[in-house]
Amino acid sequence: MSDLPPTAPEHKAGFVLSNVPHAAALQLMIVEVRAGEAVCKVPYAEHLIGNPDTRVIHGGVITALLDNACGVAVGSKTLLMGQIATLDLRIDYMKAATPGEDIFAFAECYKVTKNIAFARGVAYHTDRSDPIATCAAAFMLGTKSQRGANVSGAGGK
Amino acid sequence: MELIRRAHAEGKKPDLQAIVDAIPYCKFLGIDIDRKGTELTTILRFSQKLIGNPVLPALHGGVVGAFLEVTAVIQLMLEAESEDLPKPVDIGIDYLRSGKPVDTYARAIVTKHGRRVCNVRAEAWQDEHTRPIAALHGHFLIRPRETATP
Repeated sequence: MSDLPPTAPEHKAGFVLSNVPHAAALQLMIVEVRAGEAVCKVPYAEHLIGNPDTRVIHGGVITALLDNACGVAVGSKTLLMGQIATLDLRIDYMKAATPGEDIFAFAECYKVTKNIAFARGVAYHTDRSDPIATCAAAFMLGTKSQRGANVSGAGGK
Repeated sequence: MELIRRAHAEGKKPDLQAIVDAIPYCKFLGIDIDRKGTELTTILRFSQKLIGNPVLPALHGGVVGAFLEVTAVIQLMLEAESEDLPKPVDIGIDYLRSGKPVDTYARAIVTKHGRRVCNVRAEAWQDEHTRPIAALHGHFLIRPRETATP
């Protein structure tokens, strides 16, 4: 994820993570951040449609949104932005998203251990108790990134 | 999906590349299909917009998850006679290595083909097949063709 300052009031207004190319491509916004909690949003867009007949957003967009929201929640609690990596992500799809409506995700990081942080999240339109999808995720903490900022485009593992 | 129903009506197998091309999100990600008979490999063409960690740089976890999900759905389209695009019920993704900024490949196996629900596994790799970057297992709902007639 990105170098996001932990809690700041201006986050309430929502901003796009412009330094994360994929977040920018989805117009993925951070709506709210508190220590251990995050609300993110992906606006409905034509290029995110997964079924041209129904015009419903693809499940993959929800995967990216929930992964990102959980990452921000973990980052805001551990202050290890950019040094966390998703270990596993489980998503349960409850219903199709409604065409034309923006999708929100609320995520909370509910446990941090020495090496691992656990988070859960829910994707919805307006009501968290009527979810589009829910997720549970585990993140590895203190992975190299800034520290090991790779020399060239060779990439790290 | 219209393309699928039309192919079934004409007694043909749906053209998988045409289906992928008709899905805006797959075009946005840049997914291609390499089909050799019943063997199917999906290709995620690298582009800058797929990056989730610009420092490493590494592919966004959501992109890798979405790519595996698409791979599972395409494999199901090949094997299951579904009227519609298979719908994911739940998916679990293990992230094994960070995705480098290069093309990514994936293959899926349908481990159980039920009447309504199928179990699928998929794996994504980059330069070496034996060094996967992520693995998915998931359940997908299909709509069998026969159920149309009572």
